[in-house]
Amino acid sequence: MKFYPGVPAMPGTSLDNHTGNWRTQKPVFDHAKCTACELCEQYCPEPCILVADDGKFDVDLDYCKGCGICAEVCPFDAIKMVLELK
Amino acid sequence: MPKVIAPRDPKEWSLFTAGHTACAGCGQSLGARLVLNAAGPRTILVNATGCLEVFTTRFPSSAWRVPWLHSLFENASAVGSGVEAALKALGKADDVNVIVQGGDGGTADIGFGSLSGMFERGHNILYVCYDNEAYMNTGIQRSGLTPFAASTTTSPVGSEVLGNTTGKKDLPAIAVAHGVPYVATTTVAYPKDLEKKVKKALSIKGPKYIQILVPCPLGWGHDTALTIRLARLAVQSGIFPVIEVENGKLTSVMRIARKVPVDEYLKPQARFRHLFTPAGREELARVQALADANIERFGLLGARAG
Repeated sequence: MKFYPGVPAMPGTSLDNHTGNWRTQKPVFDHAKCTACELCEQYCPEPCILVADDGKFDVDLDYCKGCGICAEVCPFDAIKMVLELK
Repeated sequence: MPKVIAPRDPKEWSLFTAGHTACAGCGQSLGARLVLNAAGPRTILVNATGCLEVFTTRFPSSAWRVPWLHSLFENASAVGSGVEAALKALGKADDVNVIVQGGDGGTADIGFGSLSGMFERGHNILYVCYDNEAYMNTGIQRSGLTPFAASTTTSPVGSEVLGNTTGKKDLPAIAVAHGVPYVATTTVAYPKDLEKKVKKALSIKGPKYIQILVPCPLGWGHDTALTIRLARLAVQSGIFPVIEVENGKLTSVMRIARKVPVDEYLKPQARFRHLFTPAGREELARVQALADANIERFGLLGARAG
């Protein structure tokens, strides 16, 4: 993490905090079921839902805290929360 | 055939960035992101003390991509007034939005005097209150916006009293009484409604007030995944009426398509656990009566007029 003398904080630098290690469960996206309705992206409190190269939604595991909101709001059951074993 | 859209990453498009240290499932971080992205990059934010200030600006980082100021709990509206006056003096008041934001404690209790002054002096500022119904940052103490019967650390459940004995302060009505041109309430369960209200508020000159219900998994004691569902049930049960008041007149309400008994909203929350014991039956009936009174007051049921 970079310090800037005389500047309290640079914009958007919270991206340096990788909050993904808080997680116990992680969302797994089923790209075959995903219709790209954007609900998970809209409701993610981080925000850490991104659109992958195939045009389907996925998660940035660097920041995902595993709250499970995306799996709860997904109307197509395309997201499953699974226990993450490290 | 599922639609295919171009790759995108919130790291690029969002003015509120990930890596902030809010709890998992935080409703307030979602609310703040929706408000800021609706307001756009030409915005100056002034923040009252509270969860939002603490979790977005852990030294030496910031989750904001716009100018952001924090001074104290009680003076956010006064600092915002100064920012607006300075913009006026520089001749930049027309193309920069000033948004003052705070939690329910910073708005209804501690910062209430300076908020009232901001309304009264008629500054061109949008005030956003993220209402999570208690002082969550300091350990879940009761605030002026804590609802009836909720258990907090300063309104605990015991043999004599079952949670908070007073009701929620009617802050939107207090704002309307100041003659504020635009007052609205909404919740994070309806992002499109929230964005529409923020954009509408910013298009109006003068002081504006928006109160957003933001569930708090820590303070409310619910599963982190239920944040959105609870914010929706609060509206559908009539507990939290979503309204819009322009120039003192009620101009729109979010109608309830299917009325839900308050039990559905209260049951997943540990702060209302005591309402589902034999001793809490009477209190539960009173909470239902409060919801019914809201539905009656704003006409939330039935066909749309006109």
